[in-house]
Amino acid sequence: MAYSDKVLDHYNHPRNIGTLDKNNPRVGTGIVGAPECGDVMKLQIQVDENDRIVDAKFKTFGCGSAIASSSLATEWVKGKTLDEALQIKNTAIVQELALPPVKIHCSVLAEDAIRAAIADLKKKKAAQQPG
Amino acid sequence: MQPLIYLDYNATTPVDPRVLEAMLPYFKEKFGNAASRNHRFGWEAEEAVEKARAQVAAVLGASAKEIVWTSGATESNNIAVKGAARMYREKGRHIITQVTEHKAVLDPCKYLEQEGFRVTYLPVNRNGRIDLEQLRAAMTDDTILVSIMYANNEIGTLQPIAEIGKLCKERGVLFHTDATQAFGKVPIDVEAMGIDLLSLSAHKIYGPKGVGALYVRRKNPRVRCEPVLHGGGHERGMRSGTLNTPGIVGLGAAAEIAAAEMDSEGRRIAGLRDRLWNGLTEKLDEIYRNGDPEHCVPGTLNVSFAYVEGESLMMGFENIAVSSGSACTSASLEPSYVLRALGVGEELAHSSIRFSLGRFTTSEEIEQTIKQVTAAVQRLRDMSPLYEMAKEGIDLKTVDWSRH
Ligand SMILES: Cc1ncc(COP(=O)(O)O)c(C=O)c1O
Repeated sequence: MAYSDKVLDHYNHPRNIGTLDKNNPRVGTGIVGAPECGDVMKLQIQVDENDRIVDAKFKTFGCGSAIASSSLATEWVKGKTLDEALQIKNTAIVQELALPPVKIHCSVLAEDAIRAAIADLKKKKAAQQPG
Repeated sequence: MQPLIYLDYNATTPVDPRVLEAMLPYFKEKFGNAASRNHRFGWEAEEAVEKARAQVAAVLGASAKEIVWTSGATESNNIAVKGAARMYREKGRHIITQVTEHKAVLDPCKYLEQEGFRVTYLPVNRNGRIDLEQLRAAMTDDTILVSIMYANNEIGTLQPIAEIGKLCKERGVLFHTDATQAFGKVPIDVEAMGIDLLSLSAHKIYGPKGVGALYVRRKNPRVRCEPVLHGGGHERGMRSGTLNTPGIVGLGAAAEIAAAEMDSEGRRIAGLRDRLWNGLTEKLDEIYRNGDPEHCVPGTLNVSFAYVEGESLMMGFENIAVSSGSACTSASLEPSYVLRALGVGEELAHSSIRFSLGRFTTSEEIEQTIKQVTAAVQRLRDMSPLYEMAKEGIDLKTVDWSRH
């Protein structure tokens, strides 16, 4: 199977690899997938006081399409508000990376990772609210 | 661009130039049909086919009459398993095989189950070998056939063929072995090993694709197989169809070369394989060798690189041709059933790479492979959340993963 140029580009030059401090109250961490299934994505976001995403990092265990999907997801969430980031659909990732049908689950996982990171952030905030 | 390195010899091999040279006349001036009995063209082809039969038989310690030409090991396995079962169905309806066989044995067995046969699939140990006591215990008065491969295509593990043959003889059960990955690489003697049926293929031993053979014992006992293809009655009625003369000539030449060079080539390739393993273990932690380091064909090395996924790893050295047990590289989206049968965890099955070395592999290629694979594994571990968690001391088995 040949990979699209965009998948290869993200694989060879992944954007935003790394780790944010998961204990920082402004950082949300999403970990989705399972090692037995062959892919695990960790996606982290950091927001400013207005809940705008100012930084995003990822680490992924998975095939080239999974790496590319999560790399693209970090690029796309940066600069967005949480609500805007929730609008990112896996189908847009499929289109951008020209993923074949067997790799669609990689894009689904990337969308799930964004949602999981935002949910984690919201949970942290709720826990901080006094009273 | 890095130079291309081929380390997928278990998938197929290039045709040896000496083999090609032997084949060429049979595409051109010597194009006759070996079944044409009344002119020189036919005689020439028949003579070539019979020479090849003797060449293949010699490698097996068999007689030339016991060799049946086929289109490859898939067909040989089908004739052996389905053909023998159907021929001896009045004697019994039970067949014994094992879980890491090639699909070309497993699928015919599954098919026979629909025809009313009962099949026992023996498990294998951590190294991929069957247990002889389990085989003995599985045999009943209803057992007519045991089919156990000689060498496994994914991990290279050799089964205790002579011991299996002995057990089968004691019980009067026919013994078939798929020797596709062993033929020409390790010694085979159908008499000493008690083999009744044996499958082999040309394209794994530097011969052409689409040609193979089935050894069918003619004495003690005389074995018969119902044909899968019905037609002109070629090959003692076991396989009809005009013989592929150039292919058969190629298989004969390839077999002769493989046997003549088996010792020296085997030692050289095993040395390269060991160098590859040692080179990788010197530089990388948490890598695991799948298979049996002692009972193994010389050229196969199957390695799981923990925390990195096989397909993405192969992308990291695109100029090196290997195979992976990762689900992402299979049509079924399941990780390798062979590795799973050894008890290799699914995550490590996803992380596996099969390196298979062969006649034209050089030590420079192995050094280059060590360098590139090491770099790719390190790079992917740096971006692996699993590696990060493991280094933090988290036991990945205790994590509650969100399965999808
Ligand atoms: C163990 C084994 N059996 C059977 C086959 C099928 O051989 P062929 O390609 O000649 O049909 C192969 C090759 O893929 C093999 O490795």
